Amino acid sequence: MSETSTQEGVRPARGDTARAAGAETPFREMTYLEAIREALVEEMRADDRVFLLGEDIGVYGGAFKITEGFLEEFGPDRVIDTPISEAAIVGAAIGAAHMGLRPVAEMQFIDFIAPAFDMIVNFAAKSRYRTGIGAGLVIRGPCGGGARSGPFHSQNVESYFANVAGLKMVAPATVRDAKGLLVAAIRDPDPVLYFEHKFLYRRVKETLPVGEEIVVPIGRARVHRPGDALSIVTYGAMVWKSAEAADRIAREDGAQIEVIDLRSLRPLDVETIVGSVKRTGRLLIVHEAPRFGGFAGEITAQVCEEAFEWLEAPIRRVTALDTPVPYAPSLEDAYLPQEEDIVAAARWLLAY
Amino acid sequence: MHALYRFLVLTRTVEERLETLFKQGHVVGGLYRSLGQEATAVGSAFALEPGDWLAPSIRDAGALYVRGLAPLDMLRQYTARAASPCAGKDNVNHFTLPELGLLGPVSPLGTQLCVLNGVALAFRQRGEARVCMTYQGEGASRTGASHEGFALAAALDLPIVVVLEHNRWAFGTRSDRVAAVEDWSDTALAYGLPVRSVDGNDVLEVYEAAREAVDRARAGGGPSVIVAETYRMLGHAQHDAQRYVPPGELAAWRERDPIARFERTLLDEGWISEAGLAGVREDVEAELADAVDRVLSESHPAPDEARTGVYADPSENPGIPWTRTRPVGYRDMAFAGRDGRAEGGG
Repeated sequence: MSETSTQEGVRPARGDTARAAGAETPFREMTYLEAIREALVEEMRADDRVFLLGEDIGVYGGAFKITEGFLEEFGPDRVIDTPISEAAIVGAAIGAAHMGLRPVAEMQFIDFIAPAFDMIVNFAAKSRYRTGIGAGLVIRGPCGGGARSGPFHSQNVESYFANVAGLKMVAPATVRDAKGLLVAAIRDPDPVLYFEHKFLYRRVKETLPVGEEIVVPIGRARVHRPGDALSIVTYGAMVWKSAEAADRIAREDGAQIEVIDLRSLRPLDVETIVGSVKRTGRLLIVHEAPRFGGFAGEITAQVCEEAFEWLEAPIRRVTALDTPVPYAPSLEDAYLPQEEDIVAAARWLLAY
Repeated sequence: MHALYRFLVLTRTVEERLETLFKQGHVVGGLYRSLGQEATAVGSAFALEPGDWLAPSIRDAGALYVRGLAPLDMLRQYTARAASPCAGKDNVNHFTLPELGLLGPVSPLGTQLCVLNGVALAFRQRGEARVCMTYQGEGASRTGASHEGFALAAALDLPIVVVLEHNRWAFGTRSDRVAAVEDWSDTALAYGLPVRSVDGNDVLEVYEAAREAVDRARAGGGPSVIVAETYRMLGHAQHDAQRYVPPGELAAWRERDPIARFERTLLDEGWISEAGLAGVREDVEAELADAVDRVLSESHPAPDEARTGVYADPSENPGIPWTRTRPVGYRDMAFAGRDGRAEGGG
C-alpha cells in the first residue's frame, strides 16, 4: 500500500451534522492513530467508569503517544502507569470490570500479551461462563509487521486466542473502524482484544464527521471493494494490500475482485463471507499471521461446510511464513504476504 | 468467640460430609480439604466487614462461611448441581458472589491477587473505604502472577491484605526443597510491604493480626502481608495419600490442631462450657444433615446448558454442531447438488 492511502470521506446519511456544526467544517481528516486516541478521549469524557492502565501511558504518553495529554486531562486514577507486569495489568482490569468499571488495558506491543495469557484465557475469558460474572474489558495494543521491528515487536497474535471461548477479537483496517470498533469494544460487556496495526497508525487517513458518535458493531464484516469474480477475505493491514492487488487485476485483467474486510475475528461474520463466496464461486484468504493454525484454516473449514457446492475452485491462502517475524528488511519482506503473492494467487484462482 | 468456634467446626464438618459424599461417588471431581488450616481462614476473614471482598485459595473454605456462604452451596459445587453457584460449570470454590464479596479463584495459582487488585482499585476510585483480602500458599507465591500482583498492589498502594499460608507443601513437593527462603515473611520485603508472622493454628492470633492489617488498609495504609505458619494435614486432594510426609511430622502437628486448641482456650478462659461446645457441634451436624439430604435430591444441569453463558448476548453463544442436528450418514442428507441449490450439508 502507498504511504497515503486515503478512503473517501464517509458522509452521514443526512445533513444534520453539517447544520449542527454551523459554518465550521463538520469533517476532519485524521489518522488511524488519531482515531484510536479520539475514541479513548470521547469514551472517557462521556463515561467516568472508563479508565486506562498500562506501561508508560501516563507521564510518558504512551510508546506511540496515543495517550499523550491524557494524564493531564483525566488524572492518575484514570490513566494508571503500572510496573512492567502484563499479568497484573490484565488481572487488575478484570477485577475492575467485575466491579462495573470499564478498563482499557494497553499492551505496549501486542507481542507482550504473552505474559498475560493466563489472565486472559483462564480468568477473563472463562469468568462469565464459570461464575455468571462478566469481565467487560478491552486489551488493546499495536500488532503487525512492516515496521522492521523484529520477532518481538511485530507479531499478530489472534490465532493464539482463536480457540478460547469467551473472548472477542477485532482488527480494524480503516480509520473509521479504528474508532468505531474501539468505542464498541469499550461498551461491550465481554472481554475484547483490540488489535491495532502499527503499520497503519500514520499511513491511513480518513475524513470523519466531527462530533458524531461512531460505533461499529463487533461481529460484522464490511465489503471494502465490491466485485464478482473472486472473494478475498482479509483483515488488518492486508485489506490495503489486497485492495491494491484487486485494483491491479482490474486494470490488467479486467476482473473485479471483491475484498471483504472482516474487522471482527470473533465473532466471525461467516454470513458475509459465505454470501460473497456464493456470488463469486472463488475464495482467497489473506492474512498477515502465520499460516499453520491461522484464521484462514477456520474460514476455509466454515466455507467448505456452508458453501462447498458453490465453489468453482479450491480455496487458497496467502499468509505469512510459518517462522518468527525476521528483522532484516529483506527477510521481513520475504516473510510478509506481498501484493505480488496476492496477485499471483488471485490469477491462479481466476484461471482455474 | 462462639461464632469463631462455630465457623471452625462448620468448616471441618462440611469437609467430613464431603469426604463421605466423595466415597459414595457423589463428588464429581477432586476433593480439597483444609484440615489443620481452618484457623487461618476463619480468623483472618473474621476481621473483614460487610462490603469488603475476599478471594480464597483452595484451603480457605472457612473464610467463605465467615463471609456468609451457605454450606449447602459448597456441597452443590462439589456434586456439580444445577443450583450450585457455578451452575455446574466449575467446581470447588471457584464462584464469584458479589453479594458476599467473594471473588472465585482459578486453578492457575497466584492469579486471584492480580484480579483482586482491580477490585481494590475500583474501591479506591469510588472513594469507598472497602478492603480486599486474599490467600495463597507459599507454593503459589512462586508464580509470576503472584509476584506481579504483589508488585502492582504495592506500587498503587491498594487496600489489600495477603495471607500467605505456609503449610509446608506445594502438592507433593516440600516447599523448602524448591525455594531458598527460610523465613517466608522475607517475601514481603521484596515488595516493600509490612509483614507479620503468626501462628496460623491459633485463630485468635490470626484474627488479631488480620484486624490490624485490615484496619491499616481501610485507613489508607496500603497493602500488607500476614504469614500464617500452619500445616496441611492431608494430601493435596483426596486421591493423594501423602506418602511423602516424613514420619512423626503429622503427629507433631496434630498436637497443634487449631480446633482442639481453641476449645481448650475457650474452656480455660471460661468463655464457653463443655455443654456449650457440644451444642455448637450438634447444631452444625443437624444443619449439615439437612444440607446433605437436600443436595442429594437435586439434579445436575441439563446438557443444553453447556452452550449457554459464554457471552452476555445469547445470540453469540455457540450453536449446536450440525453433526448433532443432522443425520450423520451422507445418504440421509438432503443433498441435491449445487444446481439444485437445495439444503446442503451445512
